[in-house]
Formats: sequence, structure tokens, C-alpha cells
Amino acid sequence: MSADAHGHIEIPYTVEPRPDTGVYNGKLGVWLFLASEVMLFGALFSSLILIRTGAAEWPKGWIELHPIPATVNTFVLIASSVFVVMGWANLRLRKPQVARMWIALTLLCGFIFMGIKAYEYSLSFEHHHFPSTSNFFAIYFTMTGLHGLHVLGGMVVFTYFLTTGWKMYDHEPRRFTNRIEIVGLYWHFVDLVWIFLFPTLYLL
Amino acid sequence: MAQKRQVRVGSQWMYARDAEKALSEALRVMNEEEGHGAPQQSFISKYVFSQDHKWIGVQYGFTALCFLLFGFFLMIMMRLQLGWPGEHFWIIGKFFHSEGALLPEQYNQLGAMHGTIMVFLAIVPLAVGAFGNYVVPLQIGAPDMAFPKLNMASYWCYLPGGLIMLASMFVLQTKGGGAQSGWTSYPPLSVIATQGQTWWLVGMIFLITSSLLGSVNFIVTIIQLRAKGMTWDRLPFFVWAQFVTSFLLLLAFPPLEAAGVLQLMDRVAGTSFFLPSGLVVSGEVLKNAGGGNPLLWQHLFWFLAHPEVYVLILPAMGIVAEVIANNTRKSLWGYRSMVGATVFLGFMSFIVWAHHMFMTGMGQVISAFFQTTTMIISIPSVIILSALFITLWGASIRFTTPMLFALAFLPMFGIGGLTGLPLGLATTDIHLHDTYYVIGHFHYVVAPGTIFAMFAGIYYWFPKVTGRKLDDTLGKIHFWGSFVCINGIFMPMFYQGLAGVSRRLFDGGIQYAHAKAAAEATNPFMSAAAIGLFIFQLPFIYNFFANVFQAMRGKLNVGANPWQATTLEWVAATSPPLGHGNFAVAPVVFRGPYDYSIPGAADDYLAQTDDGGKAPAPVVAPPHAPVVA
Repeated sequence: MSADAHGHIEIPYTVEPRPDTGVYNGKLGVWLFLASEVMLFGALFSSLILIRTGAAEWPKGWIELHPIPATVNTFVLIASSVFVVMGWANLRLRKPQVARMWIALTLLCGFIFMGIKAYEYSLSFEHHHFPSTSNFFAIYFTMTGLHGLHVLGGMVVFTYFLTTGWKMYDHEPRRFTNRIEIVGLYWHFVDLVWIFLFPTLYLL
Repeated sequence: MAQKRQVRVGSQWMYARDAEKALSEALRVMNEEEGHGAPQQSFISKYVFSQDHKWIGVQYGFTALCFLLFGFFLMIMMRLQLGWPGEHFWIIGKFFHSEGALLPEQYNQLGAMHGTIMVFLAIVPLAVGAFGNYVVPLQIGAPDMAFPKLNMASYWCYLPGGLIMLASMFVLQTKGGGAQSGWTSYPPLSVIATQGQTWWLVGMIFLITSSLLGSVNFIVTIIQLRAKGMTWDRLPFFVWAQFVTSFLLLLAFPPLEAAGVLQLMDRVAGTSFFLPSGLVVSGEVLKNAGGGNPLLWQHLFWFLAHPEVYVLILPAMGIVAEVIANNTRKSLWGYRSMVGATVFLGFMSFIVWAHHMFMTGMGQVISAFFQTTTMIISIPSVIILSALFITLWGASIRFTTPMLFALAFLPMFGIGGLTGLPLGLATTDIHLHDTYYVIGHFHYVVAPGTIFAMFAGIYYWFPKVTGRKLDDTLGKIHFWGSFVCINGIFMPMFYQGLAGVSRRLFDGGIQYAHAKAAAEATNPFMSAAAIGLFIFQLPFIYNFFANVFQAMRGKLNVGANPWQATTLEWVAATSPPLGHGNFAVAPVVFRGPYDYSIPGAADDYLAQTDDGGKAPAPVVAPPHAPVVA
């Protein structure tokens, strides 16, 4: 219960789950964080609904936007969600080299997604479609932009785990596996937001 | 220095507690004498980027008190203008580099920044960041918060957010100054306002991030790090209040973040989320895409801001409950009802927001719904307040300074709450909306309500943090002076509001024939009361700093448990507590939080760690246990 020379102390249940709650601290923390993220994107989706229902006419997403690259992006993100689970499962199986490959693939998917998204943005800009053009493009750029920031955040974390962060596996494999589980939960959420964004903006 | 320190160990203490306390005292003294040999943390990691919840709590507390004083100072300038409109004042001249007469846009700036600073930078950080951080882990018997690094990050998001808000007032003085659209920042005014509004939004995004990190941390800490035996119905009420508060912060703030992002897009990227078509500004039609909805902001804003009211009040109720139980020497009456009411209050607070919007023409059906939920949410508040009142019944009350503040909280919050009912009913709200009645109502809740509870908390836990009690005489002068003056400011507001004096008028309403008489009759008196309130804060400021400096010089004047309290922060830890890690021996809890005046017990209180003599004495840690203060 006391501190060592560097002021580090043992916080209980950082790795092992607390018996009566069944979770370790980080897992509970990330679920709470995701709950707040649901409220964030929920507010944006509500805004979209309110603005759209109040509008006299609403542009057709499949004409104004670019559904084909967006469809590809959807599959890229879904694939990456599978990859991160494979990474975590292989860490549980104590196969770190295989796990590393899967996590690297996840990161690669993140890069592909962002690349395609940038291409889509550039197509919109070529057609002189900017956030200020109309409320349709305003909400499109704001929501996909915020989603893109979330993807970018996930990519930063994966990059860290693949590089300096990986050292933790050597002395605390269980804790490192938990970390991948946590970032995986976050990554699934980011995927899920896109699963909602894609039909709402492009198809409906 | 350590030899001079008195360690009071009550001779009539029960054995288990006695041993535990003596042990932790001995460890502390040993630690201070022998501590030179142990490697020390650097100044930066110990005091600046600290990960110790106690020091982060102190950082939060000190910063929030500074903001509280600054917000108070903004209010004094507004009150000078309202009491004596158009007069020249030295202090206003100094602040705005002017002749000393306040301009309308400067008054708007003061109003917007006063509200923002008081709510987001003073009260919430003080109630949650300071008291929550310091007390919750100690009360549940945890070595620290669950995520110490996130805790540090939370403070270091709060401080830049606050500094950005402050800077907007000073840096932008030639470009229109800070935000002027009220703390609510209603569009379209806020979208077309000067640059200060952009700074406001950026500052808010920092503050929202800070509260997100804090709330996740609190919830995980309370769920995961409770000590052995600390079951949910043995949690002190304060912890329950912080628990529900954290859920409100976690779930209510993100919609404001979304709204802030949208408003930022409107201002920076030229979108029209909140700008309707054909908006005319300064005689010209605004060139924007249009089609936006100003009401959307109000919905998103109040979806946060109503739960925010309970973020302000729940920790205050938690503090008051602790102080009242301790000073009545009684168990809280209806502890379980209070907890149930608090949880119910938390749920309900998410479905009452549109009672702030009865005047927007959103329709009778929606108004009727929100009017009903608003009436329902008053029930749990009444349950909590009634339980606290009934706790006083038949008690031999100790009128200590914290108890005086806690006692004053009850009627003051009662006035604030009851005057809210006419505002929650759509019909009466039409008359009272945007008048001084509203200002009086929510200030009664937050100023003599929450801020008094914060003072109760400061006087109550000051010995815990520093090992010194604040002076009682100065405390009582502070209390009685503040109590009289603060009512002198806010009570006349109800009269003004009923007479039809509107809020946010820079001359206090004298330009309107119907309001002139009421405003002129009361405003100078209220402003004088505000100055009086400032004067009565001086004993507190002196008392606070004098005792802090004495404590820093090592002159402690209390033992571990000066209030003879039952909860873990007093009975299982020293005052001030050990360094990072909190407890010399992990506490084990055997009973509820308020076992006062139990018949047959040796003392009039039984610590939560008191096993009633059933278990053998606690295992004494080896004397070489590594402890760093």
C-alpha cells in the first residue's frame, strides 16, 4: 500500500479482475469512456436528424458524395476490427509474433481508411463542396472529420504498441494483452460509428 | 521539528483502533526523521505533475479557489455598475484601461465570464476535482485513484482551459474582449460575436476533456478500489454523491462538446448549424448557407447544463451530510432513502432540460412533458433535504464552523429549490422568465447553497489536509458576515423579478418605466451587501493562508481525528495523510459510515474499522515498511 522511491504505488486490479465486479480497472474505464463517446456521437446524430427534418430539401448522398470509395472503406474498417481481435487472441495464446502481424495489419487498415477518406475529401473539394456550402456538407465534413480524428487516435495508439509499447509484453504479458483488448474495444467502437455514418450520410 | 509535534492518542480508545493509529503516527514520525536517506521524488513530479490524488486535489482546490475569487471580483464590478449606473470607479478603470465608466459590451463580458468561471472553473473543480479527489479514495480505503496518470492529465486539461478563458479577457481587450453572449452562449448572437467567443469554445473543449477524464476515474475508483468490507451500503453518503455526479459529468458533457464543435465550425469554417436562413446583421443579410436551427444549440446546451445543476448540488449535499452526521453525533436519518433519492435524481436530471426553454415556442405537448418531469425531480431533492433536517431532530448539536455552514445550507438550498417550482411550471415561467427572479433562484441554490457547503467542506477537511484546524472565531465571523450579506444580495432579486426587472441589463433596468422604481429602490442596497460580502471573506483568506503557512513550517495542532469522526479518512489515516499510498495498513471495514452514539460503546462513535473487539489486533507492518511521505 505504500509508495516506492519513485512514488509508484500498487493500484489493485490493474491486471487481474476484481472478483466481485468481474473486470479489471482499465476495461471498466474504457467502457465508461465509450459510453461518453456514444453520447458525443448521439448528440451529433440527433443534430443531423433535427437539421434534416427542418430542411426544405436534402441532397441525395449517393449523388453528392462518393459511395464507392466509402463502401471500400467500410470493408476496410470491418476487416481491421477482425484483425485486432486476432491480434488479441494470439497474445492470449502467447504467440506474440503472430499477434504483432495482426496488429500491424490493423494499423495498415487505418492508413488505408485515412488515405481513401482523404481522396474522397479531395474529390469533394474539386467539386467546390466545402463545409460552408450547405448544411448537408457541413454535417458530412464535421461528422466524418470527427470520426477521422478518432481513427487517427487509434492509429497513434497502435503505433505506440507496435514500437516502444511492445516492451511491456516481455515483463508483463498479461497486462499488455489487456491493453490490446482495451484499444480493441475502442477500435470496434470507431468501426461501429462508421457503420452508422455510412448509410446515414451516403445511402439515406 | 518532529520532536515538538504532539501526538494525541485518546486513552479511552478501543484497542484495535488505538494500535492502528499509533502505528501510523509512528510510521509518519519515523518517516520524517529517517526520510532523508530515502531517494526523494523530484520537485516537478511531486508538486507539478503529481500523480498523487491528494496533491492533485490540493492543486484543484487552490486553482478553483483562485477562480472563485476572480469570478467574485467580476461580480463586484457588475454590482458597482448596477448599484450606481454610469458612475466612474477606479477598479473598473484599472480593469478595462478606461475612464472608469462601464460600457454595455463590457458589462456583457463580465456577465458571461462571471457565469462561465463560477460554474466551470470554480464550483465544479472545487466540488469534484478538489473534494472528490482528496476525500473519495481516502473514504473508500483506496491507495489512490484507479488511474493516477489520467488524474494528472485531468488537472492539466483543466488549467489550460481556465487560462484560455482568462486570457480571452485580457489578450483580446482591443478586439472586443472575451465572450459576451452569456454563459449559455446562445446563437445566433454567439456565432456572430467577436473573437472572444472562439476562445471560449476552445477553453470549454479543454474543460470538457478534463471532466471526462476525471469522471471515468472516479467511477472506476469507486467500483473497483473499495477496501475490504466497504460494501455499497457502507459507503459514506459523500462517496455516493460523487459517484452519481461522475455519471452526470460522463454522460451529459459530451453533447455540449458536440455543440461546441458545431458552434466552432459555424464560427471558423463558415457552416450554418445554428444560423437560420435570411439572418440580418447590422442591416445586411448574412451571406451564409442558412437552414440552421438556433434551438438546436439550446437543446444540446441544456442537455448538459441541467444535469450540471446537479453536478453543482450533489457534492454539496454529500459534504453537508458528512458534516451534519459528525456534528449531530447521530447516524444520518434514512441513509438508504437518501442514496436512492440521489440515484433517482441522477436519472431524472437527464430528462428535464427543456424546462429552460418554455419560451421558445417548442409546443405545448413538449412543455407539458418537461413540466411533469421537472415536478418529479423536485421529490428526491426534498427527500434528501428532509432526511438531513430530521437528522437534526433531538441531537445535541456541536456548533462548529463547518456545522454552521452546513446548517445554513439547508434553508438556503430550500429557498433556492422552492423558488424554482414556479419556474418549472410553464404558465408561471412566462411571467418570470429572464427576470431577476431566475437569477435569485439559481444563485440561492449555488451561492449560499453550494458555496456554503464548499466552505463547510473546507473547514471540515482542512485539518485532514494540513494537520491544523482553522481558527474558530475567524470562521464564525466569516460565517455570520457572509450569511447576512449574501442574503442581502439575493433576497431582493425575487422582488425585482416579480416587479418585472429583466436580467442582463447593464443599467439594472432603470431605463424601463415599469422596472425603474423597483431597481432604484433595491440595487444600491444589494451592491453594498456585495461589498460587505467581500469584506467578510477577508477573515477567511487570512485564516486559510496563516494556517497553511504554519502547517508548512511543521506546526500541527490536531491529532489524526480532531472531529471524532467515523469514516476511513479520519480513523485509518494520519492527518495529514501519509504520502502516496495513503494507508500504512490496508483498512478493513466492519460497519456503516455513521455509527455515532451507539448504546454500550465506549465512545460516542465507532470507526468503520472497528470490529467490536471480535477480531485479533491488526497485523502490525514490519517497522522497515518502505513509506515515503
